[in-house]
Amino acid sequence: MKSAGIDIGSRTVKLAVLENGKLAWSAKRVTSYNPLETARELMDGVAFDAITATGYGRHLMKGHLDCPVISEITAFARGARFFAADCGAILDIGGQDTKAIALDREGAMSKFEMNDKCAAGTGRFLEVMATALGFTLEEFSQAALAAGKAVKINSMCTVFAESEVVSLTSQGALREDVAMGIHKAIVSRSASLLRRVSPQGPVFFAGGVALNACVRKLLEAETGRPVFVPPDPQIVGAVGAALISHFFR
Amino acid sequence: MADYTKMWTELGLDLAGHDALLGVLGGAYTDIFLSQKNRPEGMKYFDFVMSEVHGLRIQELMDAKAQGRKVIGSYCVFVPEELILAVDGVSVGLCAGAEFNSEGAETVLPRNTCALIKSAFGFKLGRVCPYLEASNVVVGENTCDGKKKSYEMLAPMVKDLYVMDMPQMKSASGRTLLKEEYKRFAAKLEAVSGKKITIESLKKGIDTVNAKRAAVKRLTALRAADPAPISGLDALLINQVFFYDDPVRFTASVNTLCDELEERVKKRTGVFAAKTPRLLISGCPMAVPNWKLPMLIESSGAVIVGEESCVGERGARWITDAKSQTMDGLLDQLTDRYFNIDCAIFTPNPSRVAYVKDMAKKLGATGVIHYSLQFCQPYIMESGPVENDLEKSGIPTLRLETDYSQEDAGQLKTRIEAFVERLQKK
Repeated sequence: MKSAGIDIGSRTVKLAVLENGKLAWSAKRVTSYNPLETARELMDGVAFDAITATGYGRHLMKGHLDCPVISEITAFARGARFFAADCGAILDIGGQDTKAIALDREGAMSKFEMNDKCAAGTGRFLEVMATALGFTLEEFSQAALAAGKAVKINSMCTVFAESEVVSLTSQGALREDVAMGIHKAIVSRSASLLRRVSPQGPVFFAGGVALNACVRKLLEAETGRPVFVPPDPQIVGAVGAALISHFFR
Repeated sequence: MADYTKMWTELGLDLAGHDALLGVLGGAYTDIFLSQKNRPEGMKYFDFVMSEVHGLRIQELMDAKAQGRKVIGSYCVFVPEELILAVDGVSVGLCAGAEFNSEGAETVLPRNTCALIKSAFGFKLGRVCPYLEASNVVVGENTCDGKKKSYEMLAPMVKDLYVMDMPQMKSASGRTLLKEEYKRFAAKLEAVSGKKITIESLKKGIDTVNAKRAAVKRLTALRAADPAPISGLDALLINQVFFYDDPVRFTASVNTLCDELEERVKKRTGVFAAKTPRLLISGCPMAVPNWKLPMLIESSGAVIVGEESCVGERGARWITDAKSQTMDGLLDQLTDRYFNIDCAIFTPNPSRVAYVKDMAKKLGATGVIHYSLQFCQPYIMESGPVENDLEKSGIPTLRLETDYSQEDAGQLKTRIEAFVERLQKK
């Protein structure tokens, strides 16, 4: 059977289809002002027997598609084990949430933490900071990796950090060094969230921010723990939801 | 509801603001409470009380005042209703559960003040709490620093603010202080009312309040059944009405409801299916109409079976043993009763977490949601150790910190759903 999972995130909608325990298909699309429509476009022409929704927009599917709904925290917990069978700690930095999840030996969720109501230190934060420095997201990560030093960023509030960045560059700080400072700040915050649920062992790193090479490198350095990023870190939640679809059948 | 415009005008309420508040409150009540399925018939009384919370009940307070009785408003479970009843007074809890006029409150309070205190000031400055305006005396109490200092600012805004000091340790000197403060409060009540507290009047007051607490304890015990005979939202509402209603009528209504719930338990019927994940809430008080968290929890596939809170067990669980035949002896017994309350202002406060474990066991809860109001230092400080202790005892715990606004509802819902999924081992 084909079981599907759809993860309606704040920045991206992801769809994954599993067949006979293998990832058969996946796709993603930037979330529009109408996430339900984006989800429909993504599912158009894709065949599956069962589907489960997750992500920030999961409840939007109610009344449109009669399907089970699961929180993205559980979806990531399940999805991570699909890619790494012995995974015990997950860090997911998405568009507007950061989550740290600990799993027990059987793969059941034993603890989780999530950032507070604002988008401090999430993917959206990186986007705003990249724009403030005149970089694309790809350039932003590369520039940080090429930096000679890191300029310390004190504020993690997206609004305050943006004015801090503007003020630093106007004082003559190199934008590469500021970029590195921003990356360090986001990693330090995420690592402390992770430590609260899981003190040691390899880290499964997922979500859109896991695509950022500089964050990956700094996370290993900051935690002293091996960091594993799956081939496509953005679809982990959708894969987890697809596994749940299978479970519900 | 009848037309109370004249009464509200005489109380000095801001009618436009008050209408807006009642509009929001009525809408929220319909959406959150009346939309629930399988509600007990006995909730109709509480629906009526809520529909008349700023109407008929206030009329009753005005009638009592016309008969020479005094209305004593307060914000805390350490203020003994028994003493108020002993001078034939009326005890009412004051409005502090809704985000109203935060901008106004922030003109006198720092921004990082908890939502409960801000709300009390928002209501006062916006002139929309008829309970506050009807009170002859407003009783403050030195519990947390936020409340303690804010009463300094409240004093010039109300007719008669009386502040009660509070111990911070469960020591012999702490208990002495509490008893002395209750004596001082008794003298204040006698002065205001012109009535002397007698052994008989105090015993009668204690009996009335004991009966009210016993009814709530009966309700609490019935919630141990699976399926839960009543929703957590409805049970919370009853605990909230506890602070406003006429105590004798309230007691009778809770007992009538409990008779019905006993039948439900016998027939194994309830509000949610059997085996629905059962949660406890532990932490800060939820003053009416703060229904945000219970609403999110009970729309996420779980049922709340108990509240370790001032609006809940912390307010109701102890009964006063009033055997003494002397005034001093009765005051001792009253002090003993209140000195049990394990509020986070006490240090250390080990009995609180011990009782949460006890409740989880008695009520069959499989998880605890620790609720702190943002900037409530005592409960936030305790939340970490409480969480660690509960998790070590095998009770999964989710720590949440929030306020009265709705902006974080989406993120809270994600966490609550994930926590319920954790309990279900999905």
